[in-house]
Amino acid sequence: MTQAIAPIKRMTFGEAGTATVLAALTFLFILIGAKAHTSGYAFHALLFAAASAWGVFKIIDRFYARPAALPPREINGWPNYNFGPVKFGTVAAMFWGVAGFLVGVIIALQLALPELNLASWLNFGRLRPLHTSAVIFAFGGNVLIASSFYVLQRTSRARLAGDIAPWFVVLGYNFFIVIAGTGYLLGITQSKEYAEPEWYADLFLTVVWVVYLLVFLVTLSRRKEPHIYVANWFYLAFIVTIAVLHLGNNAAIPVSLFSAKSYVVWSGVQDAMIQWWYGHNAVGFFLTVPFLAIMYYFVPKLANRPVYSYRLSIIHFWALIFIYIWAGPHHLHYTALPDWAQTLGMTFSIILWMPSWGGMINGLMTLSGAWDKLRTDPVLRLMVVAIAFYGMATFEGPLMSVREVNALSHYTDWTIGHVHSGALGWVAYISFGTIYCLVPWLWNRKALYSTRLVSLHFWVSTIGIVLYITSMWVAGILQGLMWRAYTSLGFLEYSFIETVEAMHPFYLIRALGGILFLTGSLIMVYNLWATVKYGEATDEETETTAAKPALAPAE
Amino acid sequence: MSLWQKHAIFEKNSIILTVGIVVVVAIGGLVEAVPLFYLKSTIETVEGMRPRSPLELAGFNIYVREGCYNCHSQQIRTLRDEVERYGHYSLAAESMYDHPFQWGSKRTGPDLARVGGKYSDAWHRDHLRNPVSVVPGSVMPPYAFLERTELDFRHIADDMRVLRATGVPYTEEQITRAQADLTIQATQDDPDVDGFLERYPNAVARSFSGRPGRITEADALIAYLQHLGNQVDFKLYDNKANIR
Amino acid sequence: MTTYQMLAEFAQTWGMLYFVGIFIVILVYALAPSRKKGFDEAARIPLRED
Repeated sequence: MTQAIAPIKRMTFGEAGTATVLAALTFLFILIGAKAHTSGYAFHALLFAAASAWGVFKIIDRFYARPAALPPREINGWPNYNFGPVKFGTVAAMFWGVAGFLVGVIIALQLALPELNLASWLNFGRLRPLHTSAVIFAFGGNVLIASSFYVLQRTSRARLAGDIAPWFVVLGYNFFIVIAGTGYLLGITQSKEYAEPEWYADLFLTVVWVVYLLVFLVTLSRRKEPHIYVANWFYLAFIVTIAVLHLGNNAAIPVSLFSAKSYVVWSGVQDAMIQWWYGHNAVGFFLTVPFLAIMYYFVPKLANRPVYSYRLSIIHFWALIFIYIWAGPHHLHYTALPDWAQTLGMTFSIILWMPSWGGMINGLMTLSGAWDKLRTDPVLRLMVVAIAFYGMATFEGPLMSVREVNALSHYTDWTIGHVHSGALGWVAYISFGTIYCLVPWLWNRKALYSTRLVSLHFWVSTIGIVLYITSMWVAGILQGLMWRAYTSLGFLEYSFIETVEAMHPFYLIRALGGILFLTGSLIMVYNLWATVKYGEATDEETETTAAKPALAPAE
Repeated sequence: MSLWQKHAIFEKNSIILTVGIVVVVAIGGLVEAVPLFYLKSTIETVEGMRPRSPLELAGFNIYVREGCYNCHSQQIRTLRDEVERYGHYSLAAESMYDHPFQWGSKRTGPDLARVGGKYSDAWHRDHLRNPVSVVPGSVMPPYAFLERTELDFRHIADDMRVLRATGVPYTEEQITRAQADLTIQATQDDPDVDGFLERYPNAVARSFSGRPGRITEADALIAYLQHLGNQVDFKLYDNKANIR
Repeated sequence: MTTYQMLAEFAQTWGMLYFVGIFIVILVYALAPSRKKGFDEAARIPLRED
C-alpha cells in the first residue's frame, strides 16, 4: 500500500533554504572573525560560523535519514504531535537551571568571601549577569519554550507548525544563551540589566523570536478546537510583548561590523525610563505572564478539574497585561526621573496587586474540592506553593513600589530578597512542577521514579528559600536603616564600609540557602534521570484506546 | 457556513488577539517614555556639561565592561542622608551623555555619582589593585589586571562618531583628534595640553596611573572616575527654575 | 510647564474615563451570560485527552 504511492524524495523549501542561508552565513562569520577588533568578538564570530556549518551538515544528514514524506500532521484522525523540540527544551532547562543556581551560589559566596574573585573573568561584576541570564533566560526561557510548544499542541490538538522551524527556535535560543554567557565572561556587555547581550546577539535573538511567534501563530491557526485556550493567550502575550520590549530597550548602533561594541541610542534619564520599562516587564512578561499560562494548563491537569473561573482568567489577563507595562518607574523613585512618571509608576504598581491576586485566587481555587491531592501528589504541592509565593511576592512588590517604602528598600538587599521570593518561590517552583510533569509524559513513563525524592527536593529547597528571603529582608532593612541613621549631634552615624561589614553574616546565611536550593535541584536531576532510565514505560496503544471513550462525550 | 469559512474566522481571531495585546501593552510605555523626549523640563538647564574626552570615554567603557553597575549606583536620590553622604542630588542633565545610563539599582558599594576628586589617583590605584589595602572590610573584587593591560584605543574615534549619531555633540575636530587627545590627557605635562583643554574644558590631563610612558586601562578608568560628578557648576544652578 | 499641566489634566479626566470604559467592555465580554457555555467548554480543553 505505502509502496505504491511513495512520493519522490525531495528537499523541502525549508530545508534547502535554511541550509543555503546558513552556508552563506558561515562564510560571512569567518570573514568577520578574521577582521574582528577584539579576540573575544573573533571567538564569537567563529562560534557563529561553527554553529551555521553544523546546521548545514545536520539538515543534509537529517534529509538523508528521513523517509520521503515529512511526518503527517495527523495519523488516523489523531494529531501527530511533535515533541522532539519539547524534549530538548526540557533537558536544556534542567541543565541551565543547575548551572545558573551554581553561579548564584558562587556569587553569593563572593560577597561573603571576596577572596573568591579569582580572575578577571570570574569577578563578581562579570558573573552576576551570567547568573541572572542563566536562571531567567536560559532556565526560565527553556521551560517556557518547551512548555508552550507542549501546551500549544495539546490544547489546539494540532501538530507544531513547521519542520525545521521549531528546531531552529529551541537550538537558536540555546545558542543565543551560549553567546550571551560567554560574552559576559569575556567582558562583552552593554550593561543594561537583564539585557546585557551585545547588538549581534540581540539581532540573532530577534530572528529566533520572530520564528517562535510564527510557529506559534500558524499552529494556533491549525487548531481543531474552536476556542483558543486561555493559557495560549498568556503565552502569546509573552511572545509579543517580549519582542516589543527587546527591540525598544536594545536599540543600539554598533561601532563597526567587526566590533562587539555598540552604543544604545537612548541616554541618561530617557534610557533609565526605557531600561526599567523593559526591566520590570521582563519580570511581568517573562517571569509572570507565561508562567501563569503554565498554571492555567498544569494545575487543572493535575487537579483533574477545570480552572476555577474561566471568566476571571480573561478579566485578569487583560488587566494584568495592561497594568504591568506601567510599573517600570517604581525602580526610579527620588531619582532624576520627573515626578509625574514616578507617580504613574507607583500608582499602577499598587493597582497591579489586584489582577495579580486575581490570578493567584484562580489558581488556588481550582483545587477546591481536591485539596486532599496535596497530601498525595508532591508535584501538585510544588505548584500550589509556587502560587502562594506568587501571591506573597505580588503583595510585597506593590508595597515596595510606594515611594516612602522604596526610599528605604531601594539599593539594598531587600530588593534582592524580593526578587528571589518571586524567582525561587514562584518561577522556579512552577518550573520544577512543569518539568516533573513533562518528563514522564514525554518519555512515556507511567510515573516519576520516586515521589519521595520530589518531597525531599521540595523540603530541602523550601528551607533554602526561607533562609534566603529572611536573611535578605534583615540585611536589606538593616542596611537601609544604617544608611539613614543619625547621631544625636546630627551627623550620619555609619560610614559606608560599616554598613558593608554588617552584611557579612547575612551573606553567609544567604549562601547557605542557595546551596540548599542547588542541592534540591540536583536531587531533581537524579530523579528525572532515573525516571527515564528505570521508569516503567506506558503502553502507547492502551493509552490511546483508553482515552478515546473519555473524549467522546466532550465532543 | 462552510468549514473553510469557519476556519478563516478562527485564524482571524488569533490575529485579533495579537493586535489587541500589542495595543494594550503599547499604551503604558508610550505614555511614560515619549513625553520624556518632548517635555523641556525633563533635562535641567545647567552650566558645565560637556561630552566625555576620549580617555574618559575609554574609562566609561571599561566601567561598563566590568559590570561596575552591578554594585555601584550613580544616582544620588533627593533624600537628606544621601545628599549629606554623597553630595548634591543627581540631575538628569548629568547623565545626558551616558549611553547607556549608569544609574544602577544596587549599592553593594557606595554611590559613585560624585566620586570625582574625592580621592587621589594614588588611592584609586591602590584601591583597584587591592581594595582591602585602603578600605579594610571591602568586598570589592581586585582589578589589578587593569594596570597591566595596555589600553586599546585604535578605534576610539569610531566610538565617538557613533555617539555623535545618537546625539552626543562631538565636533568634527574632537573626533579627528581623538587618538592624539587621548594620549595628551594620559600624559603628564604634554606640550599640546592647551589645545586639548580648549576642546574639553575642565578636563584634567596627567598620568593617572602614575607610570609615565604607558597608557593602561587603569589610566582610562581612573580618569573616568575622577571626572564623575564635578562637571555641573552648582553655583550657577538655579534649583527653583527646574522644579518639575 | 503649561504643556505638562495640559497633559496631566487630560490624563486625569478623559484618560481616566477611557480606561474605565475599556475595563467595562472587558467585564461585559467576560461576564455576559451568553458566553458562559463557550467559556465552560474552553475551560475543559486541558482535561480532554487524546
